[in-house]
Amino acid sequence: MSWDDKRPMSPHLQVYKLPLTAKLSIMHRGTGAALFAGLILMVLVLASAAGGADSWASMQGFLSSWFGKLVLFGFTFALYYHLCNGIRHLAWDIGKGFELKEAAQSGKIVIGASVALTILTWLLA
Amino acid sequence: MAEFNLPVNSIVKEGKYFKAPEGASNIRKFVIYRYDPSNDDNPSTDTYEVDMDTCGPMVLDALLKIKDEMDSTVALRRSCREGICGSCSMNIDGSNTLACTKAIDDIDGDVAVYPLPHQPIVKDLVSDLTNFYAQYASVEPWMKTDAPVSPDKERLQSKEDREKLDGLYECILCACCSTSCPSYWWNSDRYLGPAALLNAYRWINDSRDEATGERLDDLEDPFKLYRCHTIMNCAEACPKDLNPAKAIADIKHLMVKRKL
Repeated sequence: MSWDDKRPMSPHLQVYKLPLTAKLSIMHRGTGAALFAGLILMVLVLASAAGGADSWASMQGFLSSWFGKLVLFGFTFALYYHLCNGIRHLAWDIGKGFELKEAAQSGKIVIGASVALTILTWLLA
Repeated sequence: MAEFNLPVNSIVKEGKYFKAPEGASNIRKFVIYRYDPSNDDNPSTDTYEVDMDTCGPMVLDALLKIKDEMDSTVALRRSCREGICGSCSMNIDGSNTLACTKAIDDIDGDVAVYPLPHQPIVKDLVSDLTNFYAQYASVEPWMKTDAPVSPDKERLQSKEDREKLDGLYECILCACCSTSCPSYWWNSDRYLGPAALLNAYRWINDSRDEATGERLDDLEDPFKLYRCHTIMNCAEACPKDLNPAKAIADIKHLMVKRKL
């Protein structure tokens, strides 16, 4: 929205204390964007595998470096968080879980579940 | 596109400091947003030391004490001082609420008082709610009927149908919800916001209203209704404990239901 008013705009993000539900909403948007970028990486991984042994070796070198692992770990968490919070959104879509206590509680469950699933995946992988 | 920063003319500077009168021992600091339209200066925050031994319990009591005894130039809206008129809505301690029902004791540290967020400012804590009221008017918040009923008869409603309006009719249009909503901050030119949508649902849900289809048609729009992403700031902020997020979800639900 463009601001064409000559009068000042009152502070918003600068002063607002965002409740947990709002922070999780921002995280849902953020992880969605991260997954988009992560999928491009997945395509690159496939392309490198199709490109022969040399290109695959260099991709594997990147993915097994500490930075590559960090990216994959972040991608795993983003995937699980977006998935779990997506289920929370499905519940909202059928009109369930709108009481303030329920919304805060389901948010905490989503965080707990996505952390647990991420760790479990990395322990098994 | 969302603009997260304030425009250059809106950046808040440090303002004046008003000390408590001699001998005051129980002091709380109130940090208040100030903007004077009669000069070109940016908004600022003035700090007032208030003697709590001679002040009422609510934030509005402190604001009026400041205006009466320390600085008569502070501008704010207030009327009923009991949470029913919706005039003294503002951002206190980082959340939107009514100054008259917000207890000072519920706040830790200095009490920060700002106008409702992301609005054009007329003066100090007075924001221009023209757009907000226009959006309320756009949902045509009155009963629409085709069936003629003689003027000396009431339109009857069962107890169950009447109960469907609970949690909706109590809205006092203070704008705490709409101006707490990030989606509304970024899209208030096209997104109706929680207050207008809750009121739209109040009429959609009224068994006596006969324009349900038209009302839903009007809201079937990517921006008017569907910019709600269930952030829940509206329900957190509402000083009447209403749940606009739920009302919006119920409208979305009806949109799907009537297509099945």
